[in-house]
Amino acid sequence: MSWSEFFAMKGYALYIWGSYGVSAIVVLMEVILVRRRKKLALDQVRIAKLVEAEET
Amino acid sequence: MAINWFKYSAPSSFYALAGKLIPWFAWPAGVLTLAGLYIGFFVAPTDAVQSEAYRIIFIHVPASILSMFIYLVMAGYAALGLIFNTRLSSMMATALAPSGALMAFISLWTGALWGKPMWGTWWVWDARLTSELILLFLYLGFISLQASIEDPRRADRAGALLAIVGSVNVPIIYFSVQWWNTLHQGATMKLTGTSMHIAMQQAMFTMFFALWMYVIAIALSRVRSIILEREKNSQWVAELKEVGQ
Repeated sequence: MSWSEFFAMKGYALYIWGSYGVSAIVVLMEVILVRRRKKLALDQVRIAKLVEAEET
Repeated sequence: MAINWFKYSAPSSFYALAGKLIPWFAWPAGVLTLAGLYIGFFVAPTDAVQSEAYRIIFIHVPASILSMFIYLVMAGYAALGLIFNTRLSSMMATALAPSGALMAFISLWTGALWGKPMWGTWWVWDARLTSELILLFLYLGFISLQASIEDPRRADRAGALLAIVGSVNVPIIYFSVQWWNTLHQGATMKLTGTSMHIAMQQAMFTMFFALWMYVIAIALSRVRSIILEREKNSQWVAELKEVGQ
């Protein structure tokens, strides 16, 4: 069975790769967004430290 | 050796514990996904009736089961936070909501792409599909309700009420295929066993565990961010190595 035959999925390619493709994209987006949120949270902590340092 | 469960209920110690746990869920999630996809596409045979289209089941069913399961876990944590005023429980509920919404979206999306070739339509106001759509709206409602309230403690309480009330929807989804005459098929994976081909079962279980590990890894890292955001003025956060000088 050749790769092109495989990807054709007997004519259901759009539906199968549309399902798995979009699922992979949204999962990837979630991973990126969660990592970004962590970085932003750490930045907030650093800002809070600076603000506190200036006040004391 | 009495396990002091409450030691990890303090955000600071849970922050460290969660950090150590994440790789133990993230790596298996990746490996199990590859294994599940391999079995699902190269080992599982072609279906007599649906030909290749049925292979969407290996993402559709795990995501659908998880969308319901995550909601119950989220409502559980929200209730714990409401009853015992434990902030970490409420933070876990907040951390789970986006992942639950994602699973509900994947369930609806892959269902529609499966429905088009098999039923001839992307969408139908069927009991199962409609209640799953309501589940997605409940997740989005929970997220936006909490985002709209400034004070985290009040946001936790408001979110908890919505989550608890909304949990009545989960059994409705699960039993919808039995209670109403639905276009959506009945449960393929029953507790009493399944008529599916062994390789199909293996692919299904592998993908389910893969997604479940993935959701835990994501929720743990999201709850760590939430802890940092809420405790940004406390001493233990300031001293974290990650924060630096």
